[in-house]
Amino acid sequence: MTSPEELTPDTFPVNDQTMKALHRRLERRAPEDGVVDISYRTLETPLGRLMLAATNNGLLRVAFENEGFDAVLNTLADSVSPRILEAPAALDAPAREIDEYFGGRRRSFDLRLDRTLSHGFRGEVHEFLPRIGYGETLSYKDLAERVGNPRAVRAVGSACATNPLPVVVPCHRVLRTDGALGGYVGGLEAKSTLLELEASA
Amino acid sequence: MMDQKIPFETIVRRHGPTVWRVCRAVLGPGQDAEDAWAETFMAALTVWEGLPPETNVEAWLVRVARNKAVDVVRSSARRAAPTASPPESTTHDDAGPRTGIDPADAAVTREREDMLWVAVDALPERQRLAVAYHHLGGLPHEEVAGIIGGTPAAVRRASSDGMRALRHRLGASGKADDPLDLDANTGGTS
Repeated sequence: MTSPEELTPDTFPVNDQTMKALHRRLERRAPEDGVVDISYRTLETPLGRLMLAATNNGLLRVAFENEGFDAVLNTLADSVSPRILEAPAALDAPAREIDEYFGGRRRSFDLRLDRTLSHGFRGEVHEFLPRIGYGETLSYKDLAERVGNPRAVRAVGSACATNPLPVVVPCHRVLRTDGALGGYVGGLEAKSTLLELEASA
Repeated sequence: MMDQKIPFETIVRRHGPTVWRVCRAVLGPGQDAEDAWAETFMAALTVWEGLPPETNVEAWLVRVARNKAVDVVRSSARRAAPTASPPESTTHDDAGPRTGIDPADAAVTREREDMLWVAVDALPERQRLAVAYHHLGGLPHEEVAGIIGGTPAAVRRASSDGMRALRHRLGASGKADDPLDLDANTGGTS
């Protein structure tokens, strides 16, 4: 018990459950007025926690925990809109599909995507990636050829590395010509886990 | 000083508890305080990017909360007026389409019964509002005087009288014979 002399504002109890209940009220209320531009939630997966963020146009960003969720949200606030609210219900569909994917019950995603974060040549690469089928792989070199720019192998590599929608847009299916993993935004272990999942399902 | 480029969720987490204390102290236990809290952040979301960068966000939110508290009381009064049903029914029946009891909402109910909040609810109105806006919300006495009327000096007195009453209530509850004291006998000697 706090001694009576120390009656600071913090002494007036506001527990976490209260804040959660109030937050949910805001989440229910905000979509009615269209005042939120980006909703987000986190999701437990075999790759650890993922953060999913969406606008009214569709899924905007999938982030790995090693990217730092706060850093990712700060970037979104700066580059897209600061009207960001944690609102899990707005991400029910992508969360369900990603869940099904990791459960081996889904081979392709049927989600609206917001491509705002994909620009220029990188955007072209991101657009192409879903054409690499489940369980298949392509080399960076082949991918460069397929997007019509065979000399842009490095640019293809950095496009994959900056894919704003990993897992859903399958940059993990792109490998080095010698079969080595190359790189992955979620770490090489995550990449090989995804490839193993798709090879075994 | 604020940065409108930070995620609004950060603002909710940073200032949500202060806004709740103000709403809770002004409007008492029940749905109205929760409505005012949510409406405050709804309003903030709406105008967020247009605020001048030098805005003191917390003070600004407290002022919005004050306006929302007024709105909520008005609309509660409107809802209650045409019916003959007892007013206490609004506390639990306004929840809308919610089904079942959310454990988090049950926690809000428990907090309503918290000793310190019960003591706040029992303060005379001017003391309660002065404590809410000045002590909990951080607004200066001059500004609180503009909200609740009276001179800044009178508001200062009301605020400090209110705080003294709360300290006394908390201190008094250390005695085992106080009916509000639920924990004193379980904590050993003190």
